Amino acid sequence: MNSRSSALPYIQVSPLALVLILFFTIPVALVLVVSFFRYQMLVGIVPDFTFKNYADILTNQTNWLLYWSTLKFAVIVLAITGFIGFWVSYFLVFHIRNLVTAIALFLVCTVPFWTSNIIRMISWRPVLGREGLVNQALVGSGLTDQPVEWLLYSDFAVVVAYVHLFTLFMIVPIFNSMARIDKSLLEAAMDAGASRWGVIWNVVLPLSKTGIALGTLFVVTLVMGDFSVVTVMSGGLSGSAASAIFNDLQFLNYPRAAANAVILLIVVLLIASAIFRLVDVRKELVR
Amino acid sequence: MKKSAKTIGTGRVSRRSILKGGAAVAGTTLVTGFPTVWAQNLKDITLNHTGMSYSTLPDIARQASKDLGFKVEMSVVDHPGLINRMINDPKSIDVADMEIWQTKIAVPQGVLQGVEIGKVKNWDQLTPLYTTGVFNGKEVSREGDAPIEYIYLDAVDAKAFASSQTEFATFVPGVYNADTLGIRPDLVGRDITSWADLISPDFKGKAAIQNIPTNGIMDAMMALEGAGEMTYGDKGNPTQDEIQQTIARLIELKRGGHWRALWNTFDESVNLMAGGEVVIQSMWSPAVTAVQTQNVPCVYQPLKEGYRGWGNGLAMLAHLDGLKRDAAYEYMTWYNSGWVGGFIAKQGYYSSNPATAKAALSENERGFFYEGKAATADITSPTGQKTNSAGDVRDGGSYEDRFANVAVWNNLMDEAEFLYSKWNEFSAA
Repeated sequence: MNSRSSALPYIQVSPLALVLILFFTIPVALVLVVSFFRYQMLVGIVPDFTFKNYADILTNQTNWLLYWSTLKFAVIVLAITGFIGFWVSYFLVFHIRNLVTAIALFLVCTVPFWTSNIIRMISWRPVLGREGLVNQALVGSGLTDQPVEWLLYSDFAVVVAYVHLFTLFMIVPIFNSMARIDKSLLEAAMDAGASRWGVIWNVVLPLSKTGIALGTLFVVTLVMGDFSVVTVMSGGLSGSAASAIFNDLQFLNYPRAAANAVILLIVVLLIASAIFRLVDVRKELVR
Repeated sequence: MKKSAKTIGTGRVSRRSILKGGAAVAGTTLVTGFPTVWAQNLKDITLNHTGMSYSTLPDIARQASKDLGFKVEMSVVDHPGLINRMINDPKSIDVADMEIWQTKIAVPQGVLQGVEIGKVKNWDQLTPLYTTGVFNGKEVSREGDAPIEYIYLDAVDAKAFASSQTEFATFVPGVYNADTLGIRPDLVGRDITSWADLISPDFKGKAAIQNIPTNGIMDAMMALEGAGEMTYGDKGNPTQDEIQQTIARLIELKRGGHWRALWNTFDESVNLMAGGEVVIQSMWSPAVTAVQTQNVPCVYQPLKEGYRGWGNGLAMLAHLDGLKRDAAYEYMTWYNSGWVGGFIAKQGYYSSNPATAKAALSENERGFFYEGKAATADITSPTGQKTNSAGDVRDGGSYEDRFANVAVWNNLMDEAEFLYSKWNEFSAA
């Protein structure tokens, strides 16, 4: 009897554990193993144990540039989506008094997600292109003589697409943590003489930090792992850390691609652990 | 699609009448007599044809299944994907529609079996571009991977190429073309005559190059050599130094804002051109057709330095035997017996059996695609949309003019690995 009850929790977690082992642990382990294999020109992988792939990546300036550019995108996109996400959530939670309206508006935020990522991304092209809507408006209204070129196939276009694609991932967790804030806390702060900004800064912001942390985690991992948005929106002129992996796969260089994936995984894990160090998400979630 | 099938059907009728009139030459093994393998269980056979999107067309499989009495299915992969599949999962493919340079990897790996030339009934009608390396009385360029250098094998299971004509072929010649730059004649504002125009400051911010290293480097080398900035010992096999200098110049152009974009896929090149983002760029022939079907003027501009040629071949995988191998021979013979040639001519490609392809086209289409004549009526794409009007002349003149003028062939260079790492620098710069 006693032994059965001690086995019960293990049985209870086993389905999830199995799924994780099958679809996460084993693939990652395989990637790790292959990252030490040798590459033979256009043939693929040859079992071996070599650090050459890692050495190649770390000593190649191109990779450092790609990581730098990816981090740059991550920070810019994080700042913009964080700003938008915070204020949209703030508005929905504290300014819409009717819960039904708030939920309806929240659902409106998800409308763009009813179409695929690729369509939402590509649809920026006819808007931002040389003969696109924005340029037609600018030239037509006489604001500029020449179409503005940097709107499309540029870092600007990449950031626009990222923000469009990923802002919701910021809104949802922030909305969630703000909705848990007891409104009487805000009233108490006001009664104690806090200004509107003081309330936001000293009450709302600290109490939303779980949401901000989770949103940050989503946005950063999505940007760090992306290669299609950056390729499509920059017209192939910019790359990302993941596009280096993609390039290697083009030539069947699985070992180096795997090594790069391991490095990217480590970088993202470091960022994630930094975020969790700042905010104890687990503690906050059970609050 | 239905509509196009009908047009092609009527085209066939007219071909018959042409045949009767004796206008067609060398049409002896035309579609008649298929299939010649009379086995009751032939109909149970499914033959898998795997290749790249531009030539692995479902319409071909549909027609082949109809004409041959067994099932042909198409699997589309990208260039590295094909090699990947052949090496790691060869049994999933029966007939590989390979680019010539890809055989340089497949043959040493032993994944193919030699094609017995005697079993390909129309072999002697196939273009000498592939079979003898002499075209129009002139030796075909050997810069890059010319078909003649890779088509023959010493034995059915050879792991190296033969240096002379033998009884075994690496592949049965497939579709091929001579590539050049695509331009928007309405927007370039001047005559385009040289590959050098790709890097001309006149088109700063309005040019694009393909982001496929093996092809992109060739376009770049043609341009740099055309502009007199570089000279190459052999553009088909550049040295590390030459690659390094070429990429350095590409990066310089990129930083100077010369490239509007680098395109990775066929449809990207179509959108760039149709949307007016670029006015001159690397392009593939079907992309030019696709732009034209949108009623946007686009020309596949012949250039004085010549063309970048490429070719495909149908190769048999090593595992094929018995009835299935017989079916593969039937299919590969059928492939060069007319219908395919007529179909792919409309996307700008050429058949390895030009006589039967011409017979499968209407007189108007034949004049336009093969003979360098002005169209006498509308010209349509394979899917039946209009691409050219009466009076238009195809860029580059006749079939003979075009292929006598191939300067360099698509290839897998010795320094390919070096090229890939350098090209990554260009992408990331």
